[in-house]
Amino acid sequence: MGTIEQPLLIALGSILAGFIGVLTGLGGGVVIVPLLTLVFGVDIRYAIGASLVSVIATSSSAAATYVKEGYSNLRVGMFLEIATTMGALSGAFLALWIAPRVIAVIFGLALLHSAYTSWQGIKESTETKADRLAQMLGMDSTYPTPVGPKFYHVQNIPGGFLLMMVAGALSGLLGIGSGALKVIAMDRIMKLPFKVSTTTSNFMIGVTAAASAGIYLNRGYIDPLLAMPVMLGVLLGASIGTHWLMKSRTKSLRILFGIVILILAVEMIFNGIEGRF
Amino acid sequence: MENRIGAILRAGVIVSALLVICGGIMYLSRYGTVGPAFAHFKGEPERLKDIYGIIRSALSLHPRGIIQLGLLCLIATPIMRVIFSLGMYAKHKDSLYVVITSIVLCLLLYSLIFVR
Repeated sequence: MGTIEQPLLIALGSILAGFIGVLTGLGGGVVIVPLLTLVFGVDIRYAIGASLVSVIATSSSAAATYVKEGYSNLRVGMFLEIATTMGALSGAFLALWIAPRVIAVIFGLALLHSAYTSWQGIKESTETKADRLAQMLGMDSTYPTPVGPKFYHVQNIPGGFLLMMVAGALSGLLGIGSGALKVIAMDRIMKLPFKVSTTTSNFMIGVTAAASAGIYLNRGYIDPLLAMPVMLGVLLGASIGTHWLMKSRTKSLRILFGIVILILAVEMIFNGIEGRF
Repeated sequence: MENRIGAILRAGVIVSALLVICGGIMYLSRYGTVGPAFAHFKGEPERLKDIYGIIRSALSLHPRGIIQLGLLCLIATPIMRVIFSLGMYAKHKDSLYVVITSIVLCLLLYSLIFVR
């Protein structure tokens, strides 16, 4: 295997993963782990380590843009990061006790779930009323619209907090950003506007992934020679995807990649049950 | 505040990508190939696992140490963002969010420095 081809192919695959991650809105991580394990035969622990690193890279560079646009709710993000980092720490601990094949099956199920939510599309939340805890935490805010800033209330913080802990745990266990679950917590449960939910979720993904990446680094799961092509590839693919999104309608491409993710999910579950990890 | 946070995140990603590219080029020019396969999990050597080992390895210009330092910078990028937010909340005497941000920072530093 000691050839120049393998890392080159991994880099190319990672570019595609970053591209698919942006177009489906699921992030590069969900494609990277199946790609590395199923296609390149990489051990799932190394794959998760490399994926976490690429998740931090893409979410940080995207957040840099979103934060300036003024959609992200930094207070909501900071408060919920308590939940996601605690979840991420417990997920990384759990990873030591759960067999790789079981992790593969859980990964497949998480993949199915996120593919399902990305197909569901956007349901804009309706008018909401004030919540005492949200007011105490100073979370109610505004977001930019074509007709000027629009005010919104934040609801049901305990419910959102709990789901964020689950999202963090899955992120730490599987090496993904858990963006789909984070958006559900904010959009459906806490009733934040959809665009605020997605940008705040992206903003939080970096901190969540950093919490578990630190542990994976200390455990020796992050290999520089594997993480190098993965991180650079995903970054490049994600930036190509972002430009593409701005220029063209991508409905049919989204459906195609949705099918790709479905196949990857089934493969992960099948191979996990067969014990090939 | 938003603009500064954006700048911190972008700078962190650029610095780490540059380090990773430099280390990668050095590795390729020294060894010609990217050797090991990753099919079997062995775990990384001690010097590529903890902060001090990685910094020492990078300072002695080991290519893999330089790549790993780049990855460490990447992991540190969200942490720097949290530290900056903490400073801003403290400056605005927003004690509730100083506490909230400190909890997040402690969890992050704990995971990076103490946990195996």
